[in-house]
Amino acid sequence: MSVEVRIPTVLRSASAGQAVVSVDGSTIGEVLGMLQDAYPGVRGQLLTDEGRLHRFVNVYVNDDDVRYLDKLDTKVNDGDVVSILPAVAGG
Amino acid sequence: MAVYPSILDLIGNTPLVDVSVLSPNPQAQILVKLEGQNPGGSVKDRPALAMIEDAEKQGLLLPGATLIEPSSGNTGIGLAMVCRVKGYHLKVVLPSNVSVERRQLLELWGAEIIESPGAEGSNGAVRLARRIAAEHPEWVFLYQYGNPANPRAHYEGTGPEIFRDCPEITHLVAGLGTSGTLLGVGTYLKEHKPDVQIWAVEPPSGEMVDGLRNFDDGYIPPIFLDGGGEHLLDRKTVVGPRDSILWTRHLADVGIFAGLSTGAAMAGAVKCASAIDSGVIVFVSADGGWKYLSTNAWTGDLDDVVERAKSLIYF
Repeated sequence: MSVEVRIPTVLRSASAGQAVVSVDGSTIGEVLGMLQDAYPGVRGQLLTDEGRLHRFVNVYVNDDDVRYLDKLDTKVNDGDVVSILPAVAGG
Repeated sequence: MAVYPSILDLIGNTPLVDVSVLSPNPQAQILVKLEGQNPGGSVKDRPALAMIEDAEKQGLLLPGATLIEPSSGNTGIGLAMVCRVKGYHLKVVLPSNVSVERRQLLELWGAEIIESPGAEGSNGAVRLARRIAAEHPEWVFLYQYGNPANPRAHYEGTGPEIFRDCPEITHLVAGLGTSGTLLGVGTYLKEHKPDVQIWAVEPPSGEMVDGLRNFDDGYIPPIFLDGGGEHLLDRKTVVGPRDSILWTRHLADVGIFAGLSTGAAMAGAVKCASAIDSGVIVFVSADGGWKYLSTNAWTGDLDDVVERAKSLIYF
């Protein structure tokens, strides 16, 4: 499965400035793993040492936050869009 | 018609309006709760009054006291109105990139504005306010993101009103800012009707607020963590400026003049309606459209308006 990953501004220095990259994987965990392999500068920023999502990192599949789907086990399909965004408040 | 002793007595008891004519699914009813009908113009009148009354009860607010609060606008405006009526002084830490009307409303109620960098968004305002509050222990820091009176205002007000007016509710959709509305209303509804699904809608602010240097600049309100927010929400979806503005315009077609975050919440309600077989969806409109007239959201060229909204904080 090839998905489009939207890279947030805070990670662009690690992705050679690219805002969108193409990554393979069948789950969010695999996609993030492949992203780290392709862009080593990303390592440590998205996942904790225990392999869980960093608490201020929100990951979305087609606009839905994976924390409320199946977390890192959330399935992705060909052509899905994965977005990574920092947690931000409002009010 | 009753005579009210104070404008503050008009906070709450907002109307629920059927906008199902805009629903993509004839079996999915969509109702909107119009929080813009509050006297200060937004849902934030509720936590503003609740936090101030709570501080008064605790003896933290003495006559003539000074308060400081970070806000992207609405909480600041609600607090400014309540403070004006009750004789307190208010300083609001406000990101520089909010609509001009928010600034004007704060000023008309006598609040002092302390600007925080727009590129850091609400997170930057929170950081700056915390620093200033620490330097001025003589000022009262209500801290909407960590004050249990914020979700309690919705647990005791907004939630019961929705359940009273629409016991048939199957889904609640609301914007996620401080998380006060979702926590308070969501907790109340699940206690009274456990099957109700709670959907959060948020803007892609992290994308637009480019002043965050790394993920450690991220922020999750303590009330969300303390209130079990992650267990309460059934779904969280992000809605970008284009869909927010399109749905703000569609709502105007049925006479609902609401702010841009209402368009985002409506987009969430529509997504929900498309995803279910049948149900009754209630979504919360945080404010009316008045504070966004300067953005030309309704009449401007869509691409121009979307581009401008990307650098504007509207949650």
